[in-house]
Amino acid sequence: MVGSNNVKLFRDDGKRLDGRELDELREIKIQPGILNRVDGSAYIEWGKNKILAAVYGPRECIPRHDSDPYQAVVRCRYLMAPFSSLEDHGRSGPNRRSMEISDVIKKVFENVIITENYPKTAIDIFIEVLEGNGSTRCVGLTAAAVALVTAGLPSKDIPLAVSIGKINGKIAVDLMKEEDNFGEADLAVAIRPGNKEILLLQMDGKLTRDELEQAFDLAYKAADEIHELQVNALKQMYENQATDVENEGEGSGVDLSGARIANVSEGETYVAEVEGKGQTKDFSDLSADANVEEIPKEEDDVADLGDE
Amino acid sequence: MIMDEVQKDTVKALLNDGKRMDGRRVDEYRPITVEKGVISSAEGSARVKIGKSEVLAGVKVVLANPFSDRPNEGTLATSADLLPLASPTFETGPPRVEAIELARIIDRGIRSSEAIDLKALYINEEKVWGVYIDIYALDHDGNLVDAAGLAAVAALTQLKLPKYEDKIVLRGPDDYTPMPLKEIPTYCTYSKIGNKIVSDPTYLEEVATDANLTIANSDTEVFAFQKGGRGSFSRQEIMDMVDTSFTKWQELKKYIE
Repeated sequence: MVGSNNVKLFRDDGKRLDGRELDELREIKIQPGILNRVDGSAYIEWGKNKILAAVYGPRECIPRHDSDPYQAVVRCRYLMAPFSSLEDHGRSGPNRRSMEISDVIKKVFENVIITENYPKTAIDIFIEVLEGNGSTRCVGLTAAAVALVTAGLPSKDIPLAVSIGKINGKIAVDLMKEEDNFGEADLAVAIRPGNKEILLLQMDGKLTRDELEQAFDLAYKAADEIHELQVNALKQMYENQATDVENEGEGSGVDLSGARIANVSEGETYVAEVEGKGQTKDFSDLSADANVEEIPKEEDDVADLGDE
Repeated sequence: MIMDEVQKDTVKALLNDGKRMDGRRVDEYRPITVEKGVISSAEGSARVKIGKSEVLAGVKVVLANPFSDRPNEGTLATSADLLPLASPTFETGPPRVEAIELARIIDRGIRSSEAIDLKALYINEEKVWGVYIDIYALDHDGNLVDAAGLAAVAALTQLKLPKYEDKIVLRGPDDYTPMPLKEIPTYCTYSKIGNKIVSDPTYLEEVATDANLTIANSDTEVFAFQKGGRGSFSRQEIMDMVDTSFTKWQELKKYIE
């Protein structure tokens, strides 16, 4: 992590390697409720990261001796697929790094889930990194928070996470792989948007006090944007479900069986479309070979279900 | 452990009046002792006590293969064992997440601070020195992280490299070359109990903890953060702990040098 290598992380025009400004996030696309057999799920594409998150629970806690008579236990498993990194074939199964990340993510969700409602049970969160390109723990956590909502579990907030780093001496938000590998510092922070409290904080590298203040400024700015994307993605899902119920006169909710993970390679055109305003795409329209599934960032014409 | 639960309430009640069970100020450490060179078979060792907590760290230097992405550098690996004799809550078996987390925090502080010049561990294209830091928790009365950090860095101050000649590693008394550290990182752990934050938590204070934060730092730079616990911190609280850690560095560094 220490930036001992003199790798240039800015282009000649002063922008980052992928053309971003220091305070600019990569394109983020969140698709809630994408899996069929789980209680809650979300798929996220964040830059070149592709991550699936799912939530089971509350369900019986097995083994029983792990259970708590006063509240639900929250368990979390973050895992990178063996094919998720460009250079290596990773070993499947947990390793020291993934066990630590699983544990710090678990603590974030323990903070927000109202576990007292479900004594003796377990709530299981699974985060599967299918393709990783820097900041996977933050991306996975953000997706898991959305999955948690779709599971219908009572939660005090929808947490989110973002990485901040120091690259070639400058503080920048949302590190991609090269910036993570060759930057001078890397900070992961999870924020509870409602009260701005910090639920996860990990860092390595070198940061002075001033740089740390800059990093927090960027983190809170990004948090507002990410939170909006999470909420909009959820609104979109529930909007589509409501439309479906209206059209079919059935109370069974939307059929997501046609929904598949977008087969997008190398950040193609879908990136631009995230910015498109007011597009509403019905989940039931998605076919198995759909290349692109966009979640609009702004949804001025979409009714806010929360007010009804 | 039912007594822990009972005493936990006492810890909280006292803290509301700004008091701790052992009478310390909120930012005060328990007495610290550091004994270096306690293991003669190691290329560096230290035994650290913070109050009744005790940690032993040993450093071994062995011949290793360089990592393909860092061909000019030696390797560094840190592991931690929470020995069953240190606490009834530590069990036998493969390392659990607590031990892994402890090792990774210590590793991150040492690596990020560039305390060890990994390039100086280079031997030739095929071989480099591998530095192994092993942390043994011997007695657990809270704040094993800071004790482990002191022990690991104190042990590293003794770091010496064996001689490599004709594909043989020589470890005679005259074969070693000392390798001084380039930076002294220290570790400060804080516990948030209710809305109060204390330094150097005891075991009981850890039981009562809502959230904790470990900071590895020098007097001007943060090298690592690790937040734990289900509670949360505000930005201001974190910056206050950073400032305290910058100040504490002078005090803690003395035990290492």
